[in-house]
Amino acid sequence: MLRLDCLRSIYSELEDCLVLTIMGAVAAELHSLGHRPNFFYLQHAMGLASSTGLGLALCLPERAVIVFDGDGSLLMNLGTLSTMARYRPQNLVHVVFDNESLLSVGGFPTATSTGTDLEAIARAAGIPRAVTVRSVGNFRTAVTDAVHGGELATIIAKVEATGPSGYITDLSLLENRFQFRRHIQSLREPNAQKRRWDRSSEK
Amino acid sequence: MPVSLTNSELIYETLKECDIRLVSALPETWLVHLIRLTDEDPDMTLVRLAKEEEGVGISAGAHFAGVKSAMLMQNHGFMASINGIVSFAHSYKIPLLMLISYRGTFGERDPWQTQGGNVTEPLLRALGIPYFCLDQVVTVKKRIRHAQTLAESSLQPVAVLLMRDLMWEE
Repeated sequence: MLRLDCLRSIYSELEDCLVLTIMGAVAAELHSLGHRPNFFYLQHAMGLASSTGLGLALCLPERAVIVFDGDGSLLMNLGTLSTMARYRPQNLVHVVFDNESLLSVGGFPTATSTGTDLEAIARAAGIPRAVTVRSVGNFRTAVTDAVHGGELATIIAKVEATGPSGYITDLSLLENRFQFRRHIQSLREPNAQKRRWDRSSEK
Repeated sequence: MPVSLTNSELIYETLKECDIRLVSALPETWLVHLIRLTDEDPDMTLVRLAKEEEGVGISAGAHFAGVKSAMLMQNHGFMASINGIVSFAHSYKIPLLMLISYRGTFGERDPWQTQGGNVTEPLLRALGIPYFCLDQVVTVKKRIRHAQTLAESSLQPVAVLLMRDLMWEE
């Protein structure tokens, strides 16, 4: 199973979600399918995409939040599973692309290649819905169900350790960050932009 | 327990006045009252962490959502958060209001806190993080308010170091 095929299979579902990715292949591949203002790519700061998703989901309980994590990043911050499980926001979906390697730094094997089971860890941490998927069809179903399922889910997607030739996109970190926050503001206040314009035109 | 309840309440009151609505925390002795006050307040979201660095992500998520947040941690927790601060908060210009209990300085009896006490301010300076040592009751409200104002206007982490004279009653 290829990560890119997984992402393509749910791309249209992402339109109404707030989407966070980790660095490397996940960010580059989602970006290659077409960037949207509701996508935030956390380059570096490994392990914190899920924490950011938790903060967002707790603050915006009416919005679906999807985090695209990876085995390397999650293994750096396993405590995040216990923190997510503790607050278990119903609007948070945590997808982990597990290619059993640190692909972007040369493909060194992670502990999932020698038997560490992230689904079992997630379940034992208290995540109410934890599944492993190995086909694009099952991936699509699992993610779609989780988005509409009304309970915190961690979906481990076993994918091949292949990715794009490069990871740098033409979207700068800050442009992405300000656009993402502005987008969320516009969801909270759909007419804010218009009102600002109205006010300025009154001067 | 000689942690100052009065001064913890004063700090908490100031956070409320700053419109802080989410607090992430990892317990430490000097912060017990602050964490309890946060937990008991129905209008405040408390996120209890497994490790302090998670709080950088939590606060970033809150910022994206338009919610003002604060982080409660010990100085050793600050040290455990440094990659998140540099790779996330600095790189993406995320405001963080960090309230850090400053263990390991004059008067510290726990030997295991002392090395962290030596390096806290040098680390803050090396990282270019504006900070203030809060040790006087009369300055609590103004300094915390000003720290939050600076974090929000400059979009960067700002630290308030909570000192022994403020937090501990001998």
